[in-house]
Amino acid sequence: MANGNGIDQTHTLSVLVANKPGVLTHVSGLFSRRGYNIDSLTVGVTENPEISRMTIVAHGDEHVIEQVTKQLNKLIDIIKVVEVTPKESVDRELALIKVTAKAQNRSEVIQIVDIFRAKIIDVSSESVVIEITGSGDKINALEEMMRPFGIKEMVRTGKVALVRGSRLTQHEK
Amino acid sequence: MSANESTRLSGAKALIKSLEHEGVDTIFGYPGGQILPVYDELYDASIRHILVRHEQAAAHAADGYARATGRVGVCLATSGPGATNLVTGIATAYMDSVPVVAITGQVPTAMIGNDAFQEADITGITIPITKHNYLVKNANDLPRIVKESFFIASTGRPGPVLIDFPKDIQNTIFDYVYPDKVQLQSYKPTFSGHPLQIKKACALIEKAECPVLYVGGGAIAANASDEIRTLAETIMAPVTTTLMGKGAFPDDHPLALGMLGMHGTRFANYSIIDCDLLIAIGARFDDRVTGKLESFAPNAKVIHIDIDPAELGKNIKVDVPIVGDAKVILKKILATLKLKMPKSSEWLRKIEVWKKEYPLDYDQGGSELKPQYVIQCISQLVRDGIFVTEVGQAQMWSAHYLQCKKPRTFLSSGGLGTMGYGFPAAIGAKVGCPDKDVWDIAGDGSIQMNIQELATAMENDIKVNVAIINNMYLGMVRQWQELFFNRRYSYTNMKGQPNFVKVAEAYGAVGIEVTKKSEVKDAIKQAQKSDRVTFIDFKVTREENVFPMVPAGASISEFVEYDRRP
Ligand SMILES: Cc1ncc(C[n+]2csc(CCOP(=O)(O)OP(=O)(O)O)c2C)c(N)n1
Ligand SMILES: [Mg+2]
Repeated sequence: MANGNGIDQTHTLSVLVANKPGVLTHVSGLFSRRGYNIDSLTVGVTENPEISRMTIVAHGDEHVIEQVTKQLNKLIDIIKVVEVTPKESVDRELALIKVTAKAQNRSEVIQIVDIFRAKIIDVSSESVVIEITGSGDKINALEEMMRPFGIKEMVRTGKVALVRGSRLTQHEK
Repeated sequence: MSANESTRLSGAKALIKSLEHEGVDTIFGYPGGQILPVYDELYDASIRHILVRHEQAAAHAADGYARATGRVGVCLATSGPGATNLVTGIATAYMDSVPVVAITGQVPTAMIGNDAFQEADITGITIPITKHNYLVKNANDLPRIVKESFFIASTGRPGPVLIDFPKDIQNTIFDYVYPDKVQLQSYKPTFSGHPLQIKKACALIEKAECPVLYVGGGAIAANASDEIRTLAETIMAPVTTTLMGKGAFPDDHPLALGMLGMHGTRFANYSIIDCDLLIAIGARFDDRVTGKLESFAPNAKVIHIDIDPAELGKNIKVDVPIVGDAKVILKKILATLKLKMPKSSEWLRKIEVWKKEYPLDYDQGGSELKPQYVIQCISQLVRDGIFVTEVGQAQMWSAHYLQCKKPRTFLSSGGLGTMGYGFPAAIGAKVGCPDKDVWDIAGDGSIQMNIQELATAMENDIKVNVAIINNMYLGMVRQWQELFFNRRYSYTNMKGQPNFVKVAEAYGAVGIEVTKKSEVKDAIKQAQKSDRVTFIDFKVTREENVFPMVPAGASISEFVEYDRRP
């Protein structure tokens, strides 16, 4: 009668939390303590300054994600947890990539950046810094394209997501 | 003075006022530098403060007080080592869902994070073992925090809450107003149970021919004993209780199966294997209960009633999960049930056969002093009592042989299995229930973990009795070594034991040594008659084992064979 194990999949949770110190520790502690895997976690304040929104990308089977959701809901400072599916939501991630770009290949780099509708936000004689926003896949693709030129440094924000249309993640559990 | 009229008070005074508002009559605590302003207020407060001899005991005593009374227990300690000494007690309360509020002093806010003298990040340390915790950064927040703490600790699935209270905030003068209401938009435990789920549950119950009630500590927290009894008698279902659920259903009731699981009775475990409906009430399918999950209730539909949604479906697949308060839900089930005649007569006959064939028993051993016999005698002679246990073999024999008829009369560290819990918890239980005959059933190893609390009990006239089931071994570990490690008794033989009678006497308590079967009852009666704390050192046969036993990870019907070695 053990609980069934499904398929390991990536899930995105949109979590409204009280904007108080210590909440992030409670959430990240819960993940490590119970052995859940976080792929990324972003947090920022919402339209209501007393409430922050976390977007957590985690993987596991359905049972694990259900447990994650229930355990998150038990934390006192968590206001609401919803799983957002790709169909019902829009999501974005931002990355900054510092790429080697000397005179001889700079125009090639710029061309690729244009194709991806990314931006160059800093230039030096040796390198450029590219800003790209989009899905994780798009960022991966640009990263691949830039690799041959030499990626010096890179940072990604992790995913943020909102439910599409007029539906809201209401402020109650 | 009305509740929300404001007065100028210090943070420390405001804490005491807030605790009074919550109806706190007793605090178990130990002072130190960073909690001095609070202790200064306690000097002439109406709240009783009981000075323990180790902060761990303060947490256990608050826990014992809470389990025995159903009210929130409160403990208090200074920062740093005082706070970290509470940790085992807080974790014990957390694992068994006991409402405790722990208050710790903290270094002044300006020094937090600087590794100041006696600074410990106790809110960080206790995140995984509290239901919630607070660091008070502003005196104005204190009344709200206290109000919320008591509310969170005692509602939903109960649990410990910690308040870390920096010294400068204790000294801050502010306008004190105690709030009437808690406003926590993010915390609203579900209470009533979904009507559709209740209907579904009733349909399963009406169909079942071999039902079993599996009752855990949540049933006691919800005060659901009466409803459980009515349900059991209405549908004629046998009832098995977990260690935490003991007392929720009378042990002497004809439908009682006793405990299930690793040290469960054979008939309880067999009933789980063969039942067609399992009704779990405030129980969490712990591995010590279920054994191998695949063979736990393999043929049964499962109804699971629990206040904590995260427990439903956590370990096993449930057919009808119902979130809410067990008492409320059982009342609704009883009102909805349309069962004319219980269908379980065949099933009950089968169980009667098991009970006759595999009773809970032991080798009486002629004139030898057997631990089980001692516990049976205590059970017989203690009429209106509360039994508290330590951890190990004596704990399991207590679960087997103490007849508990009422909830909150059997207190034991189930989830964490904390040796050293029993004595201080017994002190807390006695403070909460002064008219009860309170007994700690202790192993010789466990009692030595908090034996210093003799001073606390003596100083405060807290009359408890301690029955030391003295096998001069860390018996439960020795049993595992005997069964699974070729009898290599690695560091479980307690050779350097004190004279417990003299230890008791050194503190001014009564000590009695019992070596013969014929002395057992007299010693118990003598302890009951004495108005002083009494230790009885029962020198029992050394290598007795706890049976029945299912090895860890095996199916709960695969018992270790009763093995009478020469
Ligand atoms: C604080 C703590 N340390 C270690 C253990 C592991 N442990 C479980 S039972 C036991 C032996 C207990 O010995 P005793 O109190 O004499 O009881 P007995 O089993 O002999 O009845 C030990 C060491 C524990 N449960 N708690
Ligand atoms: Mg022992």
